[in-house]
Amino acid sequence: MSNLTATMTETVTTDRSVSLKTQLHRAERMKKLKYGALIVPLALFLLFTFVWPIAALLKRSIDNPEIVTAFPATSALLHSWDGRSLPDNAVFAAFAEEAGKIKGTPVFASAAKRLNMELPGFRSLMMKTARAMPPEAGQSAREALIAADQRWGDIATWQYLGRNASPTTARYLLASVDRKYDDAGHIVKVDDDEAIYVDVLKRTFGMSAVVTICCLLLGFPLAYMMAMQPPRIANVLMIFVLLPFWTSVLVRVAAWLVLLQSEGLVNQALRAFGLIEKPLQLVFNSTGVYVAMVHILLPFMILPLYSVMKGISPAYVRAAVSLGCPPFKSFWKVYFPQAVPGVGAGCLLVFIICMGYYITPALLGSPKEQMVSYFVAFYTNQTINWGMAAALSAILFAATLLLYMVYSRLVGQQDAVKAR
Amino acid sequence: MIAAYASPLERVWYYAFRIICGLVLVFLMLPILVIAPLSFNADSFLLYPMSGFSLQWYEEFFTSPAWRQAFMNSCIVSPFATLLAMALGTPAAVGLTRIDFPGKAVLTSILISPMVVPVVIVGVATYLVFAPAGLSGSYIGLILVHAALGVPFVVTTVSATLQGFDFNLVRAAASLGANPLTAFFKVTLPLVAPGVISGGLFAFGTSFDEVVVTLFLAGPEQSTLPRQMFAGIRENISPTIAAVATILTVMSTLMLITLEWLRRRSERTRGQGR
Repeated sequence: MSNLTATMTETVTTDRSVSLKTQLHRAERMKKLKYGALIVPLALFLLFTFVWPIAALLKRSIDNPEIVTAFPATSALLHSWDGRSLPDNAVFAAFAEEAGKIKGTPVFASAAKRLNMELPGFRSLMMKTARAMPPEAGQSAREALIAADQRWGDIATWQYLGRNASPTTARYLLASVDRKYDDAGHIVKVDDDEAIYVDVLKRTFGMSAVVTICCLLLGFPLAYMMAMQPPRIANVLMIFVLLPFWTSVLVRVAAWLVLLQSEGLVNQALRAFGLIEKPLQLVFNSTGVYVAMVHILLPFMILPLYSVMKGISPAYVRAAVSLGCPPFKSFWKVYFPQAVPGVGAGCLLVFIICMGYYITPALLGSPKEQMVSYFVAFYTNQTINWGMAAALSAILFAATLLLYMVYSRLVGQQDAVKAR
Repeated sequence: MIAAYASPLERVWYYAFRIICGLVLVFLMLPILVIAPLSFNADSFLLYPMSGFSLQWYEEFFTSPAWRQAFMNSCIVSPFATLLAMALGTPAAVGLTRIDFPGKAVLTSILISPMVVPVVIVGVATYLVFAPAGLSGSYIGLILVHAALGVPFVVTTVSATLQGFDFNLVRAAASLGANPLTAFFKVTLPLVAPGVISGGLFAFGTSFDEVVVTLFLAGPEQSTLPRQMFAGIRENISPTIAAVATILTVMSTLMLITLEWLRRRSERTRGQGR
């Protein structure tokens, strides 16, 4: 506001010889700079607290620093190796020298650990080899290495080393969709007993879809009913939607735990009606997770639906009915198509939020209900495998981003329509 | 209203539809209504029927060191995070509403993105970057990330308020002789304040209920109320949890009432302005 008056006085006092157009341009630029400066602090803040950390995490999913850091010279030489026959003496010499130099250091240990992930047994091979390094006088590096362990005479051993001698790897991303490199360097499916992530991803999307559909089935009638009411009643009903929405997620999870436990109210009620004899197991399985998730996400469905439905004039349906269309048909043919943008927005919103959920499955589910987020947390807290945590995050992030783009396009169109 | 000429099927559907809606409303409210009374239960089971009335679980909450610490931490982290989010978000919203520039849509979606990105990713990512910088296990790290999570709410609500704000009012004030500062405090602020405050309330609510980032980023000394609840629910759910839940529900009700009051007030002032 102060800028405005400033611009005005500036325009008045500027040299008359400057053309009006230039003055206008200058004023516009000043305005842009002033208001742009208001955005800068927030942009920088989010860059530091949000964008940079996420970029760093995503980069971790392709990072492969261990071997390159421990064996820089060997890595460089292995890049030009064709991989068909044993590498030449220069590679052996470089490796022997570097292994001798860094043995016993943490750098060496992490390289050995990294290679052991590729091929179990590699760590002990590295330890054994390091003890025999550097080669004795008069012994060539090749002889010394093969004397230390026969496996240095195999092409395969060098292939494992060579494949990991680059600073990036697709290994973690492949592993997060149950794929790996075979000995020849081709991408293959992992063994069935090791394949878990495709199932986890399917489960994540499947559970999100079920929750979304349940929310739509419960939310649509209520939103429709609210949109039909006069504002006074609609506002009261809105409190019933907003109060749970504002209540802490943990409060609601705790409440569902109380309600669904084996002696809880739901089981008591079912028994009182004689529907069951023994209490049902309703928590720490999929039932508990679904019930709580639907409850938590239902307002996210109702609010966009309601905001779209409130804008639909009842006149169209009345017109359809007066023209002889049966009520159900006129609802389906006339009302529903107008509500579709709300349905789309609500479904996408619920699906996006559900996909990344962690708390509810962690507290109310069994291991069988855990979604991608659980494994991200697991690899961060329990096994400290940043590569896998980052790769799974990358998949979740990409899916969220994609759906969010669809969502914002949809909502943007709605806003455009409203503005018209 | 049901029409007099409605067919029997339509009549049945009319009532069935109301019953369905009623059940959905019950489903929405049930958990909140059920847990509050149990916090006054005399014995230590979270079961109905209740055995008697007692305030012991509230006493437990206010006297147990762990809960007190958690409550204090929440009272440190959330207000500071909210203030930071408001201080950064409000000017940015003003800037975004007033000017157009290439890439504005992209910038806006980046500023909004903390609302969208799954919190697990935010938690893991900030832990990865903040831990080497010594910011994990500190109040500052937690406040920074909570503020980042709250910022989108401030930006969106303030932007929405500014959409309906007529900047001619400021011009009018200036033409009547008000200096920019007076115009800001007498004209702009009263009209925009509801948006800023509701944005702040949303940010506060987000931070006060945030558990996932806190799980990754906070040390034991920074355990907040939601994190303490998370641990409590996971290990051994006691009526103290119900007491905390009731307190939190009362708080969120108060916040909701404030928001609604702000919304109405803003509508009224606008109505008079036109």
